[in-house]
Amino acid sequence: MRLTAKLTMLMAVLAVSACTNANRFDNDAVDLNAATGSAGGILHGSASDPSSPAYFQQTVGDRVLFAVDQSSLSPEARATLDGQAQWLLTNSDYNAVIEGHADEQGTRAYNLALGARRANAVMEYLIGQGIPSSRLRFVSYGKERPIEICSDESCYSKNRRAVTIISAGLTG
Amino acid sequence: MKQIVASLLAVLVWAVSAPGVVLAQGGPLRIEITEGVVEPLPYAVPDFVGETAGAQDLAQQIARVVADDLTGTGLFREVPREAHISQITSFGSPVQFADWKAINAQALITGAVSSEAGRIVVKFRVWDVFAGTELGQGMQFAGTPDGWRRMAHKVADQVYSRITGESGYFDSRVVFVSESGPKDQRAKRLAVMDYDGANVQYLTGGNALVLAPRFSENGQRVLYTSYETGMPRVHVLEVGTVQSRILQGQDGVMSFAPRFAPNGQTVVYSLTQGSNTDIWAMDIGSGGTRQLTNAPSIETAPSYSPDGSQIVFESDRSGTQQLYVMPASGGEARRISFGQGRYSTPVWSPRGDMIAFTKQNAGRFHIGVMRTDGSEERLLTASFLDEGPTWAPNGRVIMFARETQGAQGSSSLYTVDISGRNLKRVRTPEGASDPSWGPLQ
Repeated sequence: MRLTAKLTMLMAVLAVSACTNANRFDNDAVDLNAATGSAGGILHGSASDPSSPAYFQQTVGDRVLFAVDQSSLSPEARATLDGQAQWLLTNSDYNAVIEGHADEQGTRAYNLALGARRANAVMEYLIGQGIPSSRLRFVSYGKERPIEICSDESCYSKNRRAVTIISAGLTG
Repeated sequence: MKQIVASLLAVLVWAVSAPGVVLAQGGPLRIEITEGVVEPLPYAVPDFVGETAGAQDLAQQIARVVADDLTGTGLFREVPREAHISQITSFGSPVQFADWKAINAQALITGAVSSEAGRIVVKFRVWDVFAGTELGQGMQFAGTPDGWRRMAHKVADQVYSRITGESGYFDSRVVFVSESGPKDQRAKRLAVMDYDGANVQYLTGGNALVLAPRFSENGQRVLYTSYETGMPRVHVLEVGTVQSRILQGQDGVMSFAPRFAPNGQTVVYSLTQGSNTDIWAMDIGSGGTRQLTNAPSIETAPSYSPDGSQIVFESDRSGTQQLYVMPASGGEARRISFGQGRYSTPVWSPRGDMIAFTKQNAGRFHIGVMRTDGSEERLLTASFLDEGPTWAPNGRVIMFARETQGAQGSSSLYTVDISGRNLKRVRTPEGASDPSWGPLQ
């Protein structure tokens, strides 16, 4: 169910670029199927423990994606963050660092600030869902840490992201 | 002799009015860097004379660096040594002007190198071949042998200055980010090099991500952004000792995009609080800070005018990144960029008359220049990703980073004249980005 939501979100983001390149859209659809396939293999190791960070990452979904030069949360992103908030409320021993990222189509300083906007949008949303701000912080990497390295929208759409990293909450 | 042809106009398709080079007609040897495009001035630089045993190699190498500097500007063209009729075997002998006229060398540079007790002395003269006179007076530089490239650059700066009437930029250094590894695992460290890519020295290890170093006016300090603490924070490094410290460091707060004021005491930078990024200034001695912008939008990439009275910066307050100028103390800003696309990374020229910037438009990146009121915009480059201009000390050349497209993409440094001509790659040992050009030494 959540995967469906995620897929829809990705499709929605990709649809923005699809108008410039219909073939690219088709290619991405294939990529998404592949991603769905790998997400099907979660019932291994600690990832099967619903209170593990691995479960958070793989099943709850640790990231949300953004449109070009935007930091607003799509309905699909909100759905993912609702799941993150639920998990953080249940697993109150953990803190989270939200990393904001941008694609390479932008200048360095601006992308740092844009990544901060995205990470902060996620943080504010989680706080709104009842997570104490003391358990959350954010950092922006701008365009410095892409996960996909091609130079077209199929990669850019995955790099424009905010990733919630779970950490042990010893220092509060 | 005077062939001012618009042969390079194709390169200048974006140019409104492009400064160029004109060989002054008649009169003394002179290049005036003004409007128009041209034929570079032909010159000859025979091997310098080795006056002591063991100085011969150095004498040859120094002459080659002088030639690389001059030819590299695009304003000069070397007459190949194979074409020389006269040989210079003694620095003091009279110049056979007819021999140099015959090969159309308009300028001639002669020199000699001697070496004694761990010191070398480089002397040189510049000749106006067609006038049959010396241009300026002979000069000499002394130093240790390992500083030979600097001495060569000093000779070339003198020649450039005597012929163009403007100060040179060859004896200068550039601080930059040296990059290695693939795009998704890129390691970055600070490095400093001569303007031509020689003598690279690394200033940080590769452990922490570092970004956008900026020289102080005197070249003794470098501001940069480091993730050493896990958050991007502004650091300051003493070039002499290679010691660095956090300049701005409030826990959980990002600071970046720093730049020195001309006085070397004040630093401007961006500070992110929540989703909002504004520009702040800090007194480097007292640590006292002051907020210069106060808007819910992104304000970043501040750069001072050379007199320290104004700051140009980028903001997306209008909805897209545009350039603004405000008083150095903050306050009302006026927008200066109005063309198509997004404008960013403005840098005030050392002469004070222009602002260089990055522009994104229609899926391409450009380096451009404009007057400080935004008029006479001129794009100098176009590529998949050009960004981050920095000015040569004389304000005639801009260095920037160009990243190539795709999974194998990497970043390199390039220079381009403010006319848009003479685009050249700077050779660096690894990938390179975020250059900051230091002062003439």
